[in-house]
Amino acid sequence: MAGLKEIRTRIASVKSTRQITQAMKMVAAAKLRKSQDKILRLRPYANKMSGIMASIRKGLENDVEIPLMENRPPEKVLIILVTSNRGLCGAFNANAINQALQVATTVYAEQWKKKQVSFFAVGKRGAEFLASKGYPLAGVNNEIFDQLTFANVTELEERFVQMFLFKEYDRIDFVYNRFKNAAVHLLTHETFLPVSEPEEKEEIPSPKEEKTVADYIFEPDKDSLLGELVPKSLRIQFFKVLLDSFTAEHGARMTAMHQATDNANDLIRELTLHYNKARQAAITKEILDIVGGAEALK
Amino acid sequence: MYLEIITPENKLFTGEVRLVQVPGTKGSFEILHNHAPIISSLQEGTVRLITTDGKEKTFDIKGGVIEAHNNNITILGESA
Repeated sequence: MAGLKEIRTRIASVKSTRQITQAMKMVAAAKLRKSQDKILRLRPYANKMSGIMASIRKGLENDVEIPLMENRPPEKVLIILVTSNRGLCGAFNANAINQALQVATTVYAEQWKKKQVSFFAVGKRGAEFLASKGYPLAGVNNEIFDQLTFANVTELEERFVQMFLFKEYDRIDFVYNRFKNAAVHLLTHETFLPVSEPEEKEEIPSPKEEKTVADYIFEPDKDSLLGELVPKSLRIQFFKVLLDSFTAEHGARMTAMHQATDNANDLIRELTLHYNKARQAAITKEILDIVGGAEALK
Repeated sequence: MYLEIITPENKLFTGEVRLVQVPGTKGSFEILHNHAPIISSLQEGTVRLITTDGKEKTFDIKGGVIEAHNNNITILGESA
């Protein structure tokens, strides 16, 4: 059995660890709320945007040719891996990294063999991993999470759009953690570019919707309106992905730190039990010594 | 008329208005009561509005889109 003093120092060290994990949990919870608010504020804009785009599309007879929608055979692929800048958030980053590698080697197996798949890392964790393993890394952006504003995100998004338009890549995909609630985040893989046509299910006219179909005046005209709105909605999508990942990160950290605090509590309870037993044993031994000594004197 | 000015980061304005003037891509225009349904893109400029109690307000935007329908107006803008 370990000495009394050793157990005492261990208890003290576990206690101070618990204090740190507890504080980190609180901080994560506060940040989670803040970025959750951001998502909620983005929602009306995103909804309205898709509503407007739907009403423009409704009046279109033939599809408009928009460069961002050009569906080229995917020869060169870029995977944007969104991770966090900081660790201590459970399997959050490891999962995203694994998923990205899996997408690269299965979905784009052919391109992978020809070494035409590259990664772009948003977030330090993913960047460090990819760099250390020598995977093709097209670029890194870690600063975006310091100030996650729409303007900053737009700047980054602009770069990807240019890469696509200049045919540096034929397809740009995302791998990120989508926020569901504080404890649950879903690993998501989705296509960023080319922009896909809206899914069929949106086209089903509900009775309520039919009433709102009005004879809109379109200014300047539908084609150029759509040409202007598609990049805007891309920006929204990009912003949402980063916000989602950022929020999920805090959720994951909160859960991880909560668990760490629980573990520390268990450990402290166990150690305290050990300590008390050891102390008792030491006292008993001392008494026995004294009694034995007194016995011998008789 | 009910007006909403929304940006990706927050809502700039919601409420009843008497007049809205926006910087449309094809030129600045005003929307008054019972305007025909319109969807127009906006360029960088100033959105000016007069509320029902006669107060004037202005917002600078970096571009966006406006939808007006049944006296419900929505401006999706990117704040400058």
